[in-house]
Formats: sequence, C-alpha cells, structure tokens
Amino acid sequence: MKLLYLLRQPPRRGALAQEGLDAVLMGSAFAECTVIFTGDGLWQLVADQAPEAVGGRNFSLSFAALPDYGVTALYCSAADLDSRQLTVSDLVIPVTPLSDAAIRDECQNHSQVFTF
Amino acid sequence: MKFALLVLGHPASSQSAVSALQFARAVLRTGNEIYRVFFYADGVLVGNQMSAPPQDELDITREWREFAREHDIELIACVASALRRGMLDATEANRYEKPAATLDDAFTISGLGQLIDSALSAERLVTFAP
Repeated sequence: MKLLYLLRQPPRRGALAQEGLDAVLMGSAFAECTVIFTGDGLWQLVADQAPEAVGGRNFSLSFAALPDYGVTALYCSAADLDSRQLTVSDLVIPVTPLSDAAIRDECQNHSQVFTF
Repeated sequence: MKFALLVLGHPASSQSAVSALQFARAVLRTGNEIYRVFFYADGVLVGNQMSAPPQDELDITREWREFAREHDIELIACVASALRRGMLDATEANRYEKPAATLDDAFTISGLGQLIDSALSAERLVTFAP
C-alpha cells in the first residue's frame, strides 16, 4: 500500500502544518509514503527559518530526517515553486519539482491520498 | 464500499464537520459502510461538550454524537491534537490536573496510528479540510 501526502499549509498558520508532518512520520511506520508540497506548503521548506522569534517551533528541521524514516519520495509543485519565486536551492531538503500532470499521476498511483 | 472520514476543521470556523456528517449519512443511506471517523487538528473541537450554540443554530457536537450512537460508529479524536486544543476526557483532565473534562463522551481519545489504520483498512479515506 502506498500513501500520498499533499502538504499545503504554510508553517505558521496554527498547528496543521506540523500535524501533517506528524501524519507522514506515523504513516512511514506502516506503508510506503510519498510527500508532495503544494501551494503555501512550499513555505514549510524554505531554509533558515527562525520561528522561535514568533512563538513557533522549527519543525522543518525534521524534514532532513524523512529518509531515515524510509520517506525518500519527496516532491513539490513546480508551478507553485515558480509562483512563489522560489528555487530548489532555497529549500531545506532536496525535493523534485513535478508538473501538475505528474502530481495527478501520483494521486492515481497511490492507495490513499491525505491532504493537509 | 468501506469509507474512513478525516475531519480537520474547527466547527465554528469551517464547514468541514457539517460536510463530513452529511457525507457520513449519505454513505450509510446508500448501503455503504463507515470504518471510522478520525478527528484531527482543529477537527477535535467537534467533540467539545462545552459548546452551547443558540437554539436556532446547528449543534454539530450533538449531531455527531447522535449519529455515532444510532449507527454504532467510532469517533476518534487524536490525542496530540486534542491536548493541544484543550479537548480532554476525564482521564486526561486528571492526568494534566485540569479543572474539567471537555471532550464529549461519544468521542474516544486515541493515537495517530488509528488514522493510518483507517487509511490502510478502508477502501476510501475522505478528508474534510479546514
């Protein structure tokens, strides 16, 4: 079984962004997981965040540990990266940008899709 | 077909809990099954037994409670999300020395593993976003 996680929350709008990552980590214990960052979820990936200054926790540091949990299929929306004027080198982990068509294919190729 | 539902929205800030309940009723009405309903993130607030909406407004906590009781359906509230948002059952209220239990007893506190189990055991997991 393969689980797909679409992560689209910005990192500092409540706890849902972190709760999405928690669900990825829990899923990784039971199944093969793929993560695609889309929309404002791209902001979770930006390197050099200092959220402690605004009462937040830098959970984005945990992304580097995803391969240790067996989660190596890490992607983002190419279009959403561009529209936010980001490049892969701005991001805290290497992710592969995907076209919208490729994202749709990933949705088809997974048993369940979580959207956070 | 066996469905699992994931509810993420706060009942006063989102349509998530209402849409999920209407969907749940339709699942049963059409002869399908609900494996579990998992309340995560702000969705745990659907279980707030302290909410007291006006008489002419929908009491979504009561609606879910009655639906779950009538059809013997498991309503799970994720422990981490619940604690963070003050949704405590009697055990947790005791453990954290809080003055009251806030979670309606139609809802059961459990772990995130139950969400993954739902995804792996049901044929369709449907997410009701915030």
